[in-house]
Amino acid sequence: MPPVVKIQDIHKIYDSGEVPVHAVRGVSLEIHQREFLALMGASGSGKSTLMNMLGCLDRPTRGSYLLDGIDVSGLEKNELADIRNKKLGFVFQGFNLLARTTALENVELPCLYGKQRMTSKKMRERAMHCLDIVGLSNRADHMPNQLSGGQQQRVAIARALVNEPQLLLADEPTGNLDSKTSIEVMGVFQKLNEQGITIVMVTHELDVARYCKRYLILRDGVVVRDEATQDRSIAETELAKLKEAETAAKLLAAGSNAA
Amino acid sequence: MRFLITLRMALRALSRNTMRSILTALGIIIGVAAVIAMVSIGNGAKAQVQAAIASMGDNLVLIGPGNQSQGGGVRGGQGAATTLTIADADSIVSNYETSSTPEDNSVIAVSPYVTGRAQVLGNGLNWNTSVYGVGPDFPAIRSWRVSDGVFFDEPEVTASAKVAVVGKTIIDNLFPDADPASVIGQSIRIFSQGGGGNNGGGAGGTGGGTPFRIIGIMSPKGFNSTQDQDDVIYIPYTSHMKRISRRTNINQIYVQAKDEDSVEKVKADTNDLLTQRHSGNVDFTVQDQADITAARTASTDAMTYLLGAIAGVSLLVGGIGIMNIMLVSVTERTREIGIRLALGAHGSDVLTQFLIEAIALSSLGGMVGVALGIGGSVALGNYKGWPVEPSTAAMVIAVGFSAAVGVFFGYYPARKAAQLDPIEALRYE
Repeated sequence: MPPVVKIQDIHKIYDSGEVPVHAVRGVSLEIHQREFLALMGASGSGKSTLMNMLGCLDRPTRGSYLLDGIDVSGLEKNELADIRNKKLGFVFQGFNLLARTTALENVELPCLYGKQRMTSKKMRERAMHCLDIVGLSNRADHMPNQLSGGQQQRVAIARALVNEPQLLLADEPTGNLDSKTSIEVMGVFQKLNEQGITIVMVTHELDVARYCKRYLILRDGVVVRDEATQDRSIAETELAKLKEAETAAKLLAAGSNAA
Repeated sequence: MRFLITLRMALRALSRNTMRSILTALGIIIGVAAVIAMVSIGNGAKAQVQAAIASMGDNLVLIGPGNQSQGGGVRGGQGAATTLTIADADSIVSNYETSSTPEDNSVIAVSPYVTGRAQVLGNGLNWNTSVYGVGPDFPAIRSWRVSDGVFFDEPEVTASAKVAVVGKTIIDNLFPDADPASVIGQSIRIFSQGGGGNNGGGAGGTGGGTPFRIIGIMSPKGFNSTQDQDDVIYIPYTSHMKRISRRTNINQIYVQAKDEDSVEKVKADTNDLLTQRHSGNVDFTVQDQADITAARTASTDAMTYLLGAIAGVSLLVGGIGIMNIMLVSVTERTREIGIRLALGAHGSDVLTQFLIEAIALSSLGGMVGVALGIGGSVALGNYKGWPVEPSTAAMVIAVGFSAAVGVFFGYYPARKAAQLDPIEALRYE
C-alpha cells in the first residue's frame, strides 16, 4: 500500500523580507495509513510551515510531496483547493466554525465546495452521519455560541470528516480546551484512528503527544527525532483516572469538613 | 442549485447586521425613489396635457403666426407677428376644393380664429370675457356642439351678422337663474377692448358697444387645468374683425383633416401653400396636435431628465457606499474567508459569494426605492391633486440599474476577498 504521505527533501524558504527565512530545511517523511502522528517543536522550529505544506495550503520551494500517490508540489491554487476539499480534513485550535450558522450547516460546508454536485438531501445525510460519529447529532441545529468549547471542536472534527478524507490534520486541537475536555477530544481522535483514519497532529504539549502512536520533533527546520510513543495514554483510562481523583478529592474535602 | 445556496448565504450575511445593510442601501433607495417619483409625476402631467389637447378635436392642424422654429401654441398670437389673413384661410379651402376629387379631399373643414377680450353688458349685468371670432365649421372642428339654440352659419358670416353663441359661464353671470331657452334671442352689448391687431390695438373702445343677439349656448366643458372653457363668446369672425377688433389679420386657422392618415398631407400642403402665398416668408407655424403636445411637454421633459440625472448621481454615491461597506465586511470576515478557502473554496467561489451579497443589497435597495417612489408620488398626487402615472419601464430600468451598481461597485471588494491567502487569512485576528 503506498503511503498516504510521502515527502522527499522538502524545503520552504520565505523570501519576502531582507533576509530569506529557511523555515524547513530538508525534511523527508513517510506516513502510512492508520498512523497517528504528533508533530512537535518549539516555535520557530518549522512545524507550522511543515503542517501548512502537508495541508496543501502552501507549496514547497524545493522537494516533492506525494499525497495519496498524487504529486501536489507543483499544483495550481485551484487544484490545491480541490485536493484539500477531497483528501484532507482540518481541525484548528480556534475551532473556526462559521458563527450564526447551525452545527449541521457548518459540517455541510465542505460539501458545498466539492466538485461533485450533491443534492441537499445527500449533504444533510452525510453531515448528520459525521455528527453522529462525534456524538453530537442531537445538537445539529445549535449555533456555535450555544455549544461548549469541546462540543465546538467536535463539530469541527465532524466537518473535517464529511468528505471522507485520506488524512486528518489537527493544529493544536486542544489548545483552547480545559484538561478534562482535552482528554475527551483526544478520545474522539483515538476512536477515529481505531476506525482507520490517518491523523497528523501538531502540538507542543507532551501530555497531548502521549495519545499519539508516533511522534516527530522538529528543530530549526529539520527532524531531530522520530519515534514510536512508549507508554501511550488511552483516553478512556485517563478519564477514569481523572474521575477517581475527583471523587477522592470530594471525599477528602467532606472528611476535613466533618472533622 | 449552488446559486440558491449562495443567495441564501448572502441574504443571511446581510441580515446578520440589518441596520448596517439598511443604512448602506439608503443611497440606492433614495436615488431610485426620487427617480421613480419624478417620472411618475412627470408622466402624469404629460398625460394630462395630452388629454387636454386631444379633447380639442380630432385630426386637427393648427396654423398660427410666428416663426416655425419657435413652435407656437394653441394660445398663439401673442406678440408681434400677425401675418395670417382671411385670404390665407380661404386659399386653404379652395386649394382642397379644386385640387382633388371629393374622395381625395383631405380637408373637411376650415375655420379662421380671431381672439380678443371684451366687456359684455347684458340683462343689466356686466362681465369681462373672451370674445372669439370663428367660422361656421367651428363646432364640428372642435367637436363642441351647442346645447341650446344654433351656431351661426355661412350666410351670417358673410353678412358679418351680429349674432353670438355664448358659453355657460356667461349665462351664469349675466342671466343667473334664467331658463336657458329664454336666453336665446336676448341681446348683449360687446365693448371692444383691443384684440391685438394691427389696427387700434390697446385703445379700449368705449362708446356704446355693439349689440349682438344670442342665438345659441355652447354645451358646458368645464375647466381645462387652469382655464374656464365656458367663459367665452363666439361670434362670426367677420363681425369680430369688422366691429370688435377692427383688424385685417387673423390669429389662427383651424383645419380639420379627413382622418389620421391625412394629417401629414394636410400639414405639408398647407405649409407649401402658405409659403407660396407669403412669398417664401415662413412667418407662420403649421402644427398638428402631436406637435403642440410635444411643444407643451418639452419643458416638462427637460425638467424630468435633469432631475433624473441628479437622482442618478445619488445612485452613484449609493454605489460607493456599498463598495465601502463591502470592503469593511471583507476585512471583518477575513478569518471566515480563510476557513472557506482551506476547506476547498476556489477564489471564484469567494468572489461570487461577495458579489452576490453586493448585488442582493443593491437590488433590494432598488426594489424598496421603487415601492417608496410609487407610494410617495401617489400620496403626493392625492394630497396636491396632481395626476400621477407610474411607468413600468422606469421601474424595471431602476431595479436593473441598481443591480448593475451592485455588480460594478461590489466587484473590487469581492476580488480582494478572493485573492486572500488562506494561511494568512486564518491567522488574522
